[in-house]
Amino acid sequence: MDINWGTLAGVFAISLGITAVVVVLFSLGLTAWSRTGHGSPTSHPPGLRHQKTATATALLCFASCLAVAGYGIGLIVTG
Amino acid sequence: MDSFSFLLVAVILTALAFDFTNGFHDTANSMATSIATGALSPRVAVAVAGVLNLAGAFLSTEVAKTISGGIVEDSQVSLVMIFAGLIGAILWNLVTWLLGLPSSSSHALFGGLIGAVWVGAGGSAVRFGAIIEKIVIPAVASPVVACVVALLATYLAYVITRRTSRRAVGKGFRAGQIGSASLVALAHGTNDAQKTMGVITLALISTGALSHGAGPPWWVVLSAGLAISLGTYAGGWRIIRTMGKGLTDIQAPQGFAAETSATAVILASSHMGFPLSTTQVCTGSILGAGLGRRLAHVRWGVAGRIAVSWLLTLPAAAAVGGVAAWVADQGDLGVALVAVVALAAAAGFYVLSRRRPVNPENVNETPAPEPATTVKPAA
Repeated sequence: MDINWGTLAGVFAISLGITAVVVVLFSLGLTAWSRTGHGSPTSHPPGLRHQKTATATALLCFASCLAVAGYGIGLIVTG
Repeated sequence: MDSFSFLLVAVILTALAFDFTNGFHDTANSMATSIATGALSPRVAVAVAGVLNLAGAFLSTEVAKTISGGIVEDSQVSLVMIFAGLIGAILWNLVTWLLGLPSSSSHALFGGLIGAVWVGAGGSAVRFGAIIEKIVIPAVASPVVACVVALLATYLAYVITRRTSRRAVGKGFRAGQIGSASLVALAHGTNDAQKTMGVITLALISTGALSHGAGPPWWVVLSAGLAISLGTYAGGWRIIRTMGKGLTDIQAPQGFAAETSATAVILASSHMGFPLSTTQVCTGSILGAGLGRRLAHVRWGVAGRIAVSWLLTLPAAAAVGGVAAWVADQGDLGVALVAVVALAAAAGFYVLSRRRPVNPENVNETPAPEPATTVKPAA
């Protein structure tokens, strides 16, 4: 019997890290997206410049999540 | 084709039947939270999961080199033992499905094989050290790791989006859930369809129908992929209800956090060579998502029942596998008798399930009331 505790700790650390990164990016993306005027009806529409920054932030966040998901699909396909 | 004996045909059909039960048992792993939050309608969810499982089956056909991966003396495993082990696994899968409990199909198969080998070749052919290392430790570690990861993920998701409108947050996370759930389903197809392909391929090799070291023939890949995806499409609605509504009350951010955690843990573990059970990871991550949200209700009674079913999986499947091996060892008549009894039992379970049917229409109704515990605020 040879239980590889080191590997288990590695699995824990890596999955914790990757999950945290994806969830934080996705949440930040949603927060930024809602500031662009999408989804949340506000009485004061945000300024154009502000809106552009928010849109760019949101897109960057979502694109990063997609990249991680793409890496995951790569892992699944290549085994 | 002399090599296609009655026993071999029985093994292949039983393996495909096991694959089907594996599919409908595990639909819940990928889709329960998406169905519970309304990210996908029940019928669309099972269709997506079915297609992705089929795709997964074709993506990876690198099947196992041994039936048990070393938990029993593989050189002593006969066709009769494989057949009996599969019967034990199928019956345990059906019992747990009837009770709506998510339990690992791999563990059921290992349990069935252990029982069959124990009866057929004696206790010395069972490697208890390997059972601890490959089944017991991962079974304890899986839900704990997934639970902690999902708890943190849920906490972060709620903290970061606390000033954003609930409507936008719900809509956004529901969209994200479609992606995260699909990844779980795809990973499942590559893992679990392979298991059945491996069993059939090794059975064919053992009878000489295939040469040593041969890969699975196309019809094995196709039939195993179809069986698991049809099973997935059939949707184990009873288990979906337990995981989506029974364990805890799931909202979209929790669903996204749970599925993302499950995907990360499953991929990290299989990539780093410490395979964990998909079912146990998914159950643990849903529990973690329940604990991570302020004032979420976690039904510990349901979690306890699931834990008990995990404890029983190995011995129960082993007991059935052992009895089946003893009867099937008496010759073709014995094999036929085991098959008939198993079919009758399956029909019985189906009839019992019709008394309180769970289907796409009522899957999102909370199960029979049970005292719920309010979890102390985590966020």
